[in-house]
Amino acid sequence: MKVLNEVKITADAKSVNESYLRVAVASLAAQLDPTVEELSDIKTAVSEAVTNCIVHAYKMRTGKIYITARLCENQLMIIKIRDTGVGIPDIQKAREPLFTTGGDDRSGLGFSVMECFSDKLKVTSKEGKGTTVTIYKRIRGKSVNEP
Amino acid sequence: MQVLFRTEKEKLTVYLSGDIDHHTSAQIRQSVDEQLQKFMPKELRLDFRDVHFMDSSGVGLVMGRYKAASVYGCKVVVCSMPDNVARIMKMSGLSKIITFDED
Ligand SMILES: Nc1ncnc2c1ncn2[C@@H]1O[C@H](COP(=O)(O)OP(=O)(O)OP(=O)(O)O)[C@@H](O)[C@H]1O
Ligand SMILES: [Mg+2]
Repeated sequence: MKVLNEVKITADAKSVNESYLRVAVASLAAQLDPTVEELSDIKTAVSEAVTNCIVHAYKMRTGKIYITARLCENQLMIIKIRDTGVGIPDIQKAREPLFTTGGDDRSGLGFSVMECFSDKLKVTSKEGKGTTVTIYKRIRGKSVNEP
Repeated sequence: MQVLFRTEKEKLTVYLSGDIDHHTSAQIRQSVDEQLQKFMPKELRLDFRDVHFMDSSGVGLVMGRYKAASVYGCKVVVCSMPDNVARIMKMSGLSKIITFDED
């Protein structure tokens, strides 16, 4: 996979950074001339993954979020979001719609949203070590002459 | 992100705006719950027309307000959702318990 452009961001796991991080990744995506909807998909998926790091991985305590965003050949964007928090014991279960270990304010929809708004979602995790979420998104854009 | 309120008779309307994410929903939740307690309305109307971004935290916010409002026997209506907001709200199945209004 030929990488055309890459951006790495390390951020404190603070909720005040949520909007900065999704906007930063979306502005990289803008180089592929996406539609408004594709940009919104990327912002939303990144926001879900980042929020999970803050809320679940670090349980609102301090920690770092590591993001690598790549623009690849054939209009493919790959976004990796990694934490070194508590990890997920059962990934399959965590990915089920409406499953949540959060309280009243969480709906258990984060993974469903990430899946729905991307072309592929990969989740790897190790208890006590952390979690990596990889979002694959093909930017079809406004171009009419598709390959 | 800004929250404006309007009350008429037994109805409390909340005008949400800007971005709704995990960060901003904490403040929104607090101010909506304050007004709920103060007015104890029969209907809580959440207006999304000026919301530009929302992730699943917005669904949690609505769900939580539904629970809080039920205590006062108050019903919840969600209205004027832009497409990107409606898309996420519809994934939640909330329309079974909450009224979704076009405007
Ligand atoms: N980075 C992570 N580290 C540890 N656990 C996680 C992480 N991401 C997700 N989880 C676990 O997976 C569950 C499901 O995540 P998902 O994002 O789908 O829902 P949620 O965060 O609970 O609710 P919502 O995203 O709707 O606010 C979480 O409740 C949590 O238990
Ligand atoms: Mg989540």
